[in-house]
Amino acid sequence: MSDILAVADHRRGDLRDVSYELVTAGRELADETGGDLHVAVISGTVDEFAEKLNREGVDAIHTVSHGEEFNHDVYSQAVTQLYDELAPQYVVTPNSVNGLDYAPAIANELDLPIVTDTIGLEADGDTLVATREMYGGKVETTNELEGDAVVTIRGAEWPAAEGTGDAAIEAFDADIDEDAIGSTVTGFEEVGGGDVDISEADLLVSIGRGIEEEENLDLIRDLADALDATLSSSRPIVDNGWLPKNRQVGQSGKVVTPDVYIAIGISGAVQHVAGMKGSDTIVAINTDPNAPIMDIADYAIHDDLFDVVPELIEEFQ
Amino acid sequence: MKILVTVKEVATVEDEFEIQGTEIADQYLGADLNEWDDYAIEEAVQLQEDGIADEVVTVTIGPEECEQTIRQALAKGADRAVRVWDDSLEDTNVLDVGAKTEILSAVVEAEDPDLVLSGVQAGDDSFAATGVSVAENVGYQWGAVVNHLEHDLGDVASVRRELEGGVEELTEIELPAVLTIQTGINEPRYASLRGIRQAQRKELDVQSLADIGVDESAIEADLELTDMYEPESESDVTVWEGSAEDTASELGDLLRDKGVAQ
Ligand SMILES: Cc1cc2nc3c(=O)[nH]c(=O)nc-3n(C[C@H](O)[C@H](O)[C@H](O)COP(=O)(O)OP(=O)(O)OC[C@H]3O[C@@H](n4cnc5c(N)ncnc54)[C@H](O)[C@@H]3O)c2cc1C
Repeated sequence: MSDILAVADHRRGDLRDVSYELVTAGRELADETGGDLHVAVISGTVDEFAEKLNREGVDAIHTVSHGEEFNHDVYSQAVTQLYDELAPQYVVTPNSVNGLDYAPAIANELDLPIVTDTIGLEADGDTLVATREMYGGKVETTNELEGDAVVTIRGAEWPAAEGTGDAAIEAFDADIDEDAIGSTVTGFEEVGGGDVDISEADLLVSIGRGIEEEENLDLIRDLADALDATLSSSRPIVDNGWLPKNRQVGQSGKVVTPDVYIAIGISGAVQHVAGMKGSDTIVAINTDPNAPIMDIADYAIHDDLFDVVPELIEEFQ
Repeated sequence: MKILVTVKEVATVEDEFEIQGTEIADQYLGADLNEWDDYAIEEAVQLQEDGIADEVVTVTIGPEECEQTIRQALAKGADRAVRVWDDSLEDTNVLDVGAKTEILSAVVEAEDPDLVLSGVQAGDDSFAATGVSVAENVGYQWGAVVNHLEHDLGDVASVRRELEGGVEELTEIELPAVLTIQTGINEPRYASLRGIRQAQRKELDVQSLADIGVDESAIEADLELTDMYEPESESDVTVWEGSAEDTASELGDLLRDKGVAQ
């Protein structure tokens, strides 16, 4: 019998969605290992969080009350102590920005292997089979490892756990060594405000690295004008400074839900898709018929954007 | 201040490719400097230009072929490079986080930098875990997914960590530290011709595992890659065929049908 320890994510007073998905992933693993699912929630209003995390399939919830927000040193210390106490087979965390800020550290500290950004997990005795992607989603791989491990799960791959559980909620008295805390969060800032709110648009013309040069962006501006659409983009366009941050769609940008999303020269990396998969109708214009964006597109044109876009502009002028 | 930058040559894949066993067949693979590392190099070089860093050293785990990529980093302004390789690494089908941590930690300990800059992730295997793992291993502080670093470094690095949903976290991190660098933190330069010429003369130090004091058994991967395949597409995408004129007109019709454009 081997248990699972899942560590929830929260920010500025709210549990993040992936925490409920983590409960599902953790429960599935616990069913396979024949153990219990322990959920840990660290910092913030832990009692309130514990109530919310008490969903079907959770056996125990451990609250660590220490500070308001995420601090990786606090998380590392709390999780390693919980690991020592509970001796779980797998520690599972979200593959979030914060997950990636402490999961590798606890793996190293506990001398465990780590497998990140998993999209499928299967435990069989001592063996874990983890499915993950490589090369920006072009291939999927299965990876096996033996014994205990730290695993991070990709968001939106498991359904959120529902129902109400009857977990034992207990405060865990972690012994946090303040001297070992080497970083301090001093604040948060929202970025990407500004003139246009792309999340309000009905029609988004979104451009990616396929545009190649800043000058070529004029072509897409002409298209947006002709269609009376709003211009958005994938991350590299913003990184290059060609469009302001408020135009970025994705995990670290905006979530958009237009009636129609036209993805032009965008491969469909998971972090991009996170921001636009809720669009009503998705159209992809891409020379690569196997680009990951095709998996979520409703309509596709497998052609050069420099040939298609001028034609489309002409239609609407 | 001395800065160590981890530089990886990543494999790139052509649009059409074939898989052989647990690998993509060689003829469909290219090689490039990891996108995230390019930003890390730029940040280090800027710190040097601002008079904050005295020396920028790169470290790469990889065979001789990747020296062209290391030279790119040198051409952009790094002072010298360390490359670690060993025949025993040739046969592993995945160099996992634990193995990379052992190797890079040994180099960090030998070089004793004040700051280690590492890309957030590698574009090919995208573990996104090595920087933080190394930091913990060598007893440095760390910050993951950094998209802004104040250039008046004293004993602390004031950084912004880019969280999800357009929120940034402001954090003070004591040095020495490992920061994993996110794209967008700066604008990576192209190597100048002069830089490329100079790079040829810069020191590129090749080390074996024995040289850096890492035992072969320490880098045995815990993870075994057992299968690789093209993801099963769940898509029921309608592909418009024909000339650009035809496909554009199909899209035009759709936009009018949906009532989003006239
Ligand atoms: C922590 C983290 C957060 C991130 N957050 C975000 C985010 O919020 N948003 C985001 O977008 N990304 C984000 N990323 C980056 C993401 O991983 C990808 O790197 C990025 O989305 C790729 O952008 P792209 O599709 O424009 O470029 P690429 O992946 O380079 O794709 C370009 C596409 O254009 C096609 N193409 C090229 N030429 C043409 C042509 N002439 N005609 C038609 N098609 C062409 C190619 O076939 C290819 O599919 C994040 C990454 C990390 C690690």
